[in-house]
Amino acid sequence: MDGNSSEIRSNNIDDNWSTTVRFAGDSGDGMQLTGGRLTFEAAISGMGLATFPDYPAEIRAPAGTTFGVSSFQVRFGEGLIASSGDHADILVAMNPAALKVNIKEVLPGGLLILDSSSFNERGIKKAGYEENPLENNSLAGMQIISADISNLTIEAVKEFGLGNKDGMRCRNMWTLGLILWLFTKETNETINWLQNKFGKDNILAKANMAALNAGHSYAENTEISSDIIRKIVPKIKPAKGKWRAITGAESLAFGLATGAIKSKLNMTLCSYPITPASPIMHYLANYELKGIGIYQAEDEIAACCSAIGVSYAGGLGVTSSSGPGISLKTEAIGLAISVELPLIIINSQRAGPSTGLPTRAEQSDLMQAVHGRHGEAPLVVLAPKSPSHCFHIAQKAIHIAIKYMTPVMILSDAYLTNASEPWLIPDISGIKENPVSFGEYNENYMPFERNPNTLARKWVKPGTKGMEHRIGGLEKDSISGNISYDPENHQEMTNLRAEKIRNIQNEFEKIEIIGPDKGDLLVIGWGSTNGPISEAQELLSNKGYAISHTQISCLWPISHNLKNIASKFKEVLVVEMNDGQLFNLLKVETMPNAKSLTQVSGKPFRVSYLLDKFKEIIELRN
Amino acid sequence: MSINTEPDKLKPTDYASDQEVRWCPGCGDYAILNAVKKTLADKQAKKENTVFVSGIGCSSRLPYYMATYGFHTIHGRAPAFATGIKITNPKLDVWVITGDGDSLSIGGNHFIHLFRKNLNCQVLLFNNEIYGLTKGQASPASRIGTISPSTPSGSLEAPISACELALSSGATFVARGVDTAIKKLVPTLSKAQEHVGTSLVEIYQNCIVYNDDVFKSFTDKSVASEKQIHLEHGQPMLFGENNKKGLAINKDYSSLEIIDLEQNEKEISRVLVHDYKNKTIANLLTQMDQKSMPVALGVIYCVEKPTLDNYYTEKLNQHNNEISNIMEKGQTWTI
Ligand SMILES: Cc1ncc(C[n+]2csc(CCOP(=O)(O)OP(=O)(O)O)c2C)c(N)n1
Ligand code: SF4
Ligand SMILES: [Mg+2]
Repeated sequence: MDGNSSEIRSNNIDDNWSTTVRFAGDSGDGMQLTGGRLTFEAAISGMGLATFPDYPAEIRAPAGTTFGVSSFQVRFGEGLIASSGDHADILVAMNPAALKVNIKEVLPGGLLILDSSSFNERGIKKAGYEENPLENNSLAGMQIISADISNLTIEAVKEFGLGNKDGMRCRNMWTLGLILWLFTKETNETINWLQNKFGKDNILAKANMAALNAGHSYAENTEISSDIIRKIVPKIKPAKGKWRAITGAESLAFGLATGAIKSKLNMTLCSYPITPASPIMHYLANYELKGIGIYQAEDEIAACCSAIGVSYAGGLGVTSSSGPGISLKTEAIGLAISVELPLIIINSQRAGPSTGLPTRAEQSDLMQAVHGRHGEAPLVVLAPKSPSHCFHIAQKAIHIAIKYMTPVMILSDAYLTNASEPWLIPDISGIKENPVSFGEYNENYMPFERNPNTLARKWVKPGTKGMEHRIGGLEKDSISGNISYDPENHQEMTNLRAEKIRNIQNEFEKIEIIGPDKGDLLVIGWGSTNGPISEAQELLSNKGYAISHTQISCLWPISHNLKNIASKFKEVLVVEMNDGQLFNLLKVETMPNAKSLTQVSGKPFRVSYLLDKFKEIIELRN
Repeated sequence: MSINTEPDKLKPTDYASDQEVRWCPGCGDYAILNAVKKTLADKQAKKENTVFVSGIGCSSRLPYYMATYGFHTIHGRAPAFATGIKITNPKLDVWVITGDGDSLSIGGNHFIHLFRKNLNCQVLLFNNEIYGLTKGQASPASRIGTISPSTPSGSLEAPISACELALSSGATFVARGVDTAIKKLVPTLSKAQEHVGTSLVEIYQNCIVYNDDVFKSFTDKSVASEKQIHLEHGQPMLFGENNKKGLAINKDYSSLEIIDLEQNEKEISRVLVHDYKNKTIANLLTQMDQKSMPVALGVIYCVEKPTLDNYYTEKLNQHNNEISNIMEKGQTWTI
């Protein structure tokens, strides 16, 4: 870390160099785009990074209001960058509402970059400020760059004859120019990008370039250069290869496609639009990959049922949704369990209950995933821990669904879906092929006869001559599959269904723990909490605390190994974004002494908060 | 049964599974099951390529009694399962088996969307105007005033007409039959199977236990010829004893009226010739009031339109991208 920027940062996490920049404005201000560009600049410098877009549920709320503010946070630097940052070092606020909503996210002494022209009487009132925050001392202690970004941009693009409205659209590039200067970056990469995006001679490309350069030279030429510390972006060397940024949604889409391709199956993602799950459908629709399609059904029930139909016919059926839609799919998922067909269900969890906070992340659907069906209806529940991990989890889910003839639910969340990180593009040809072997003609075929090792029945698709059979949701004879009301048979089928799922823990024998395998505190997390937990663990362990961390990716069945691992620690803490759902599962299953740390605010945990809590538990114990 | 011992020519009974049929004795479902088997035998349909997909209800048990592939799914959702099956393997001949409660109540949404999407499959709607399996409650097809366990003083709501609903949802094939006229039902099923697109066949089916004789006003032998009109494409719309009655347009009311040819032979020129491509006439035929008019049976409407399964598979065939290329699309950097 360069010495200067520590003055801006009063973060207690200072072992590693990192900077967090937050861009905020109206939905139409292009803040997501601007953030994305800075992310790319950081990425090509080889830094670790994590991003977090945060947008309102309203599509186009009235301009200048607080509920219309959208933001994009990017954190980059050296060392472990697994979370998008507790607080921002730099906040770009395009209007008073953006400042009002985001000021609490900025570190004391942080840098504010503001468009002064928006701080007029109207803008201030719209944001709900009593008086101009730039004039009443409420921002004391902050560093402020207040420039008339609107007029400077319009001036810069004047020669291209754009109207006021289109001219104003270039404000984000002006701002980006200024930010790039702060990080001692030149504008050439972004200029290339603009030219590729619009075409070299396109008027919009030219206007945006002019705005970008104007912002950059404004920073260089005006008085701000003497007050503001420029951050020197170091070059770091991560693994060799071709890299890109990836969001959880893209990673799931790639993982599903790869899993299907390697199983030699056609795949259809059957879905119904819902925030925040839709991006997976959009990506797959746009990729137009061989053998991979999407089907937009009339509702979530139909989506799940048609996905089951796909699998029944010998394809790979996938369905994706968020809380409200998952609830609707429940009955159909029960059928897939009963007829024992492969099915992948993706839940991009939002904050609930009901419509809840559609764009915010929570982990409160775990119990629903594990237990939320009528009857004894077990399935497999997996949770990716980072955007890039989604790629592996999706493939693993497909592998299990096929091998064991079972539905598998993947619990993602609104954060994972949208957050991005650098990703070393994998060599797909290096991934093992695992073609499905469908049941062929066999004189003694019994639809519910099982493989003795996996307890899976054979996957026989319609069209296979001589193997015609009937399946359905009524209880089946454990061998012939014919309808059976026999009590002993029902008990046996219940046992078989449970045992089949329980055995799947063998697929997750190895539980990765970060840190020593015994000590004072084991932190257990799952899903997107991985970022903040692992950073907190690393920081404490660097300071000599005996703390370890495991992020469970298979939530059902729960591995009995976990109990052994946990038994070597004085304290076990389960951290999650719900009211203690994994904690309760573990308490019942394996570890009665675990403690629970929860947060249900729709926001990710802050590293600093976890740090304090972990320390407290360890120090109390010792 | 062995693959090698299959007879050269399949009889209707060869399409029966070894499972005992468990409908109430006298239930209209038996006759329909036989008509289905007869239709398959007439076509020498390949058992392995035939799939019966059903929802829940008495009628939805049918797949268990067939020696083909069968999927007894969940209440009202069979069309959605059928969609997944057909877009994955369009070569399969898919028959959706549903009841009036299954398709018009809980499954209403899937029902209308199936027609809109025009999936190439047959939908056999067993309409007994009652919830059979759950012991006789009024269904959305029940007439106003139906006395049932849930409507002891008579039901309040007006019934839905499945055929009208299908037509307004964009159905490309709408037909009707009755369980008492199996000879006529078989060719209708056959045409439904041949039609490329979603084919609805609404079959009036007597539930002898919970809604006995509800269709008596047009199925009873004594009135059948006067109260049923069996439509044939290209043929005049004649019915009644010795075909002495015909249907014509009443210009004043833009509806259909009965012409009595016995009394006025010259009026024969006004009798409509059935053109199953004419949606206006199809609508009028399905809207006829059972009290004063005959019930239209046979193929009421039939047009060709692109099917969802064809559209989907053609689109999929155009998908040419390799995943490794897609992963590298957009901004990348090399280290
Ligand atoms: C989700 C759900 N709700 C309710 C039921 C109970 N149920 C089973 S069949 C049925 C109605 C069947 O009526 P219909 O579709 O007309 O078939 P029929 O028995 O008359 O042939 C109902 C309500 C169910 N199986 N599933
Ligand atoms: S209850 Fe009615 S519809 Fe059901 S099997 Fe008996 S007679 Fe048939
Ligand atoms: Mg019924």
